[in-house]
Amino acid sequence: MRNTFSEVLYQEASRNPDIYIVVADISPAGSMSKFSMQYPERFINVGVAEQSMIGICAGLALKGCRPFAYTIATFSLYRPFEMVRDDLCYQNLPVTVVGMGAGVIYSTLGGTHHTMEDIAIAGAIPNMQIVAPCDPAECTEATRWCAQQKNGPVYLRIGKAGEPDLTRGADPWVFGKLRYLRRGADVCILTYGVITKMAMALADRLAARGKSVSVVSVHTVKPLDCEGIIAALSGHRHVIVIEEHVPQGGLAPQTKQIAWDIHAECRLDTFTLQDHFIHNYGSHDDLLAAHGLSIAKIAQRIGLD
Amino acid sequence: MKASIPARANSFDEALARERCRRYRRRILDISQQVSALHIGSAYSCTEIVDCMYHALIRNNANGSPRDTFLMSKGHGCMIQYVILEELGILSRADLDAYCTPNGRLGVHPDYGSPGIVAATGSLGHGLSMACGMALAEKGRKTGNVIYTVLSDGEVQEGSTWEAVMMASSLRCDNLVAAVDNNDFQSLGRTSETHPSFYPLLDKFRAFGWEAVEVDGHDSRAIFEAVTEREGSRPFMLVAKTTKGKGVSYMENVPIWHYRSPNKDEYSRAVEELEAAR
Repeated sequence: MRNTFSEVLYQEASRNPDIYIVVADISPAGSMSKFSMQYPERFINVGVAEQSMIGICAGLALKGCRPFAYTIATFSLYRPFEMVRDDLCYQNLPVTVVGMGAGVIYSTLGGTHHTMEDIAIAGAIPNMQIVAPCDPAECTEATRWCAQQKNGPVYLRIGKAGEPDLTRGADPWVFGKLRYLRRGADVCILTYGVITKMAMALADRLAARGKSVSVVSVHTVKPLDCEGIIAALSGHRHVIVIEEHVPQGGLAPQTKQIAWDIHAECRLDTFTLQDHFIHNYGSHDDLLAAHGLSIAKIAQRIGLD
Repeated sequence: MKASIPARANSFDEALARERCRRYRRRILDISQQVSALHIGSAYSCTEIVDCMYHALIRNNANGSPRDTFLMSKGHGCMIQYVILEELGILSRADLDAYCTPNGRLGVHPDYGSPGIVAATGSLGHGLSMACGMALAEKGRKTGNVIYTVLSDGEVQEGSTWEAVMMASSLRCDNLVAAVDNNDFQSLGRTSETHPSFYPLLDKFRAFGWEAVEVDGHDSRAIFEAVTEREGSRPFMLVAKTTKGKGVSYMENVPIWHYRSPNKDEYSRAVEELEAAR
């Protein structure tokens, strides 16, 4: 996904001389080096200085430019939090804060590199928008939208590398509207980001048991498509939320809130990261499983096995 | 050698500057009687610096709008900016009269969106990075426009300020002119006593690749000359030695005046002192 992001940003930058990227000492993946070679004056590496990364983006935006701040998600959002809040959100500037490798993707680097609370944190700030694409194709649409939108700040939560294509044949990507990757009548899985791959695999398992399953990419996490969520809750007997985020402040509690408000009658199960730090190492899947997020565990919880 | 980017004025009229600064201090003093608290000492310590930037350094476009940018990084000192913007007709008298009231649009810290205010500050350590980003945008467009900013000395303790100090020189922001209002006071006392390692300041900026000069921050001509005579190939830092509460004897170097408004008696004494300085 990061290579896709870099390539799309490079394309947008070749069309728009106001696009800048401000990175914090992150190794130049994919087209990022092409960007830095082609437009060196618009490729700024602040080094390990994330507060200035956000402040410089704010200054560029105050002068009408369209900057992207880019580094590993923990460092793009947590470290410079007050700059994100005051400089970007309070002033409502069209800056994209890219959180790369969000969730527990950095699965061997330990808890300091896990981004488990970013949706809650970014989503709590007024004016902030959150987009979390599920595959390279969605990342393309989202990045293009970020480069062209004028609403205000965006937190763009992306994965790292190797995400499969999941959206082929799906409805067009529209900011603020959830998107059916497959449509069914019985069960609906709401999800976003890299873990959508797991949701698709779970859907296959359910389908093999004769269930008709929808899988929905809630790529715009803020503002949430409440109407779309209501339609999903009303149109299926069983709704499942799967997200790579702590239980607080993400899609799961928001879906429950909407369900309560509309007196939803469907069954609703939520699967999230746990509300604690883990000290495990291994693959991304290993860490998700340590948090209770695996096909087997979810299948067991919903009574599939 | 003169700076590559010229200032607005070729010459500097000290007497005019002195009278303007006296007038601004008086106006701030009058406004202090509308509210229980404003950062009067912080505004008085940077009066000459901000006055010089607005009246002698910042250049205007043909239509009178400012070509260069002023960003008040030490947001709590913005009363001096407000009264200058009022005199320039960018803010109205009604704006200042409604300071900190439900009917007004001006508060204790400058807010992005208010006339003449280019960035929301108040939380310290934000301004220099934003100024650096602005300077880069101007350089990218090859406008030759300059970004002027004023920092408090307490603000220079923020790690984020040092990130910006490193970046501005690494990115060769030769169109960035900053001043530190070095009044040596913070809420809990004299910086030279609480944080002796904070000094010397000048060497620290130079070590980071800035052109840096120290002046008496209440000597308007010295400020003007230091900025206009800068070499100009790097970001420029004016370390301005100032007195907190400058201009009213009982406020000078007394921490309570960081924030407090004078009572009626104190107000009268301050008026006498400022009028006597005519």
